[in-house]
Amino acid sequence: MAQFDVTAPRSHQAGVVRLPRQPGRGWLVGGVTIAAALLLWYVLTSLTGIISSYRLPSPPEFLAALRQIAVDGYASGTLLQQTLQSLKIVIEGFLVASLVGIPLGFLMGWSRRVEALLNPVFLLIRPIPPLAWIPLAIVWLGLGDAAKIMVIWFAAFVPSVINTFTGVRQVNPVLIEAARVHGATDWRVAKEVVAPGALPMIFTGLRLSLQASWTTLVAAELVGAFLGLGRVLSLAYRDIYPAMIAVAMVVIAIAGALMTLLLARIERMVIRWH
Amino acid sequence: MALSVDTRPATRWATTPSSGELASLSLAGAAIFFGGWQLIAMSGLVSQYVLPSPLAVLEQIYRLEAEPFAGFLLHQHLLSSLERFLLGFLLAAALGIPLGLIMGRYRLMDEIVTPLFEAYRYVAPLAWVPFAALWFGTGIGGPMMVIFTGAFAPCVVNAYRGAQFVERYLIEAAQTLGASNLRIMREVLLPGALPSIVAGLRVSAGLGWQSLIGAELIVVSSGLGYVMVQGQSNLAPDIVMSAMLVIGVVGLCIDVALRAAERWISRRWGRV
Repeated sequence: MAQFDVTAPRSHQAGVVRLPRQPGRGWLVGGVTIAAALLLWYVLTSLTGIISSYRLPSPPEFLAALRQIAVDGYASGTLLQQTLQSLKIVIEGFLVASLVGIPLGFLMGWSRRVEALLNPVFLLIRPIPPLAWIPLAIVWLGLGDAAKIMVIWFAAFVPSVINTFTGVRQVNPVLIEAARVHGATDWRVAKEVVAPGALPMIFTGLRLSLQASWTTLVAAELVGAFLGLGRVLSLAYRDIYPAMIAVAMVVIAIAGALMTLLLARIERMVIRWH
Repeated sequence: MALSVDTRPATRWATTPSSGELASLSLAGAAIFFGGWQLIAMSGLVSQYVLPSPLAVLEQIYRLEAEPFAGFLLHQHLLSSLERFLLGFLLAAALGIPLGLIMGRYRLMDEIVTPLFEAYRYVAPLAWVPFAALWFGTGIGGPMMVIFTGAFAPCVVNAYRGAQFVERYLIEAAQTLGASNLRIMREVLLPGALPSIVAGLRVSAGLGWQSLIGAELIVVSSGLGYVMVQGQSNLAPDIVMSAMLVIGVVGLCIDVALRAAERWISRRWGRV
């Protein structure tokens, strides 16, 4: 996912020398590529049977599985119920993590003392991959929603703290001093200078943590759940039902993309000046 | 004037905290965390089947190394995890970096691959687990594919960006001197893109390590992830936590090694 956005070396952002694109050509080539890929899929599976349907489902099988889960349901729920369940948990976990992570990152950026105090614990949590919390969450909280929210919390917490922290530290100190010279209180400096300055980084953190939440939720549901898209995946795997696996993967991709787009739109609304 | 070099946000404490004060605060933070954890675990408020003490976790690591758990000793689990990780990661780098460079060099390739690549990128790496297991089995092939899907994207994207930012005149100069496309790729694009590529490798190592753990949780029957699953089904949080600790430390070592490589390469090859 786009976690590498923040690591692009700054020094390289200077010399883009590329001829201007011909407008529309990219869309045309892209459309042809997608069409060719779909055609290739059809030819390899339905038409010639070179790839058996136990390995890759054919387009008709895919559509049949899609109809089955959308109308009759699969893994004890219809497609809509499964998707809503997954989305609900992701948003809950993401919100709880942001509500804790952003203020904490802000405090750590604001005060070196708070940073020093909290850093050891943070250094311990940070290298542990979010997915590694899944077994512990199951031991502590069982297979229900609470365990998933705990795992998502760990996935989303780290990026939101780090990026908020970095954003606060990157605020130009001259601006802060200038506000102080004019007699601004701590509260006003935080609210009117530091917070707006840190906002772009905070949103970068939110985007990364939303993506991490979604990836992690799918994994957590694969390991054990009663409902949700990951549950559909794991049941389809156990039933050796490749068409349903493919349906679940496509829905996971589309839902993930839509959430990212929605967040980007909110970001543009909030940060008008950028 | 000191103002322009001081990156510290002004706080109500006008003095800069001394490094000694900061170090003792860090020490206090660690002591509060581990001390509190140890006390809660010893007090009997929560059972050891819920929260083992930090010392019990360390002791458990020792025990996992002394007697086999889930079929193997701890270092054998670690080695089998590392083997899968390295194979998947190297495969992702070997395919992703050339693909990214080619996409950065030839616009037609860029336009052809981008829509497919975007579609793949939105699928969570772990969602590939069922197909990976169906296609390549649950031994080494399936987990390798899951690591590959996790690690592939940053390799491509960073090689692509790196290649795009190579100055056009360098490529044209090489062309004028009669260099073949392969030589341009190897001797102009690759060194020019190297700092960006190594940054991408670091990200992809992190994602690959994480995907490996996920894959081992779900389908594999050895490795650190499997130790955690077994600990979970035995209701032994001390085993789960020891495995988490080992996973964290190994991930940290991988990251530190690649960070050192990144610094070394950007000193050696980087241009501003």
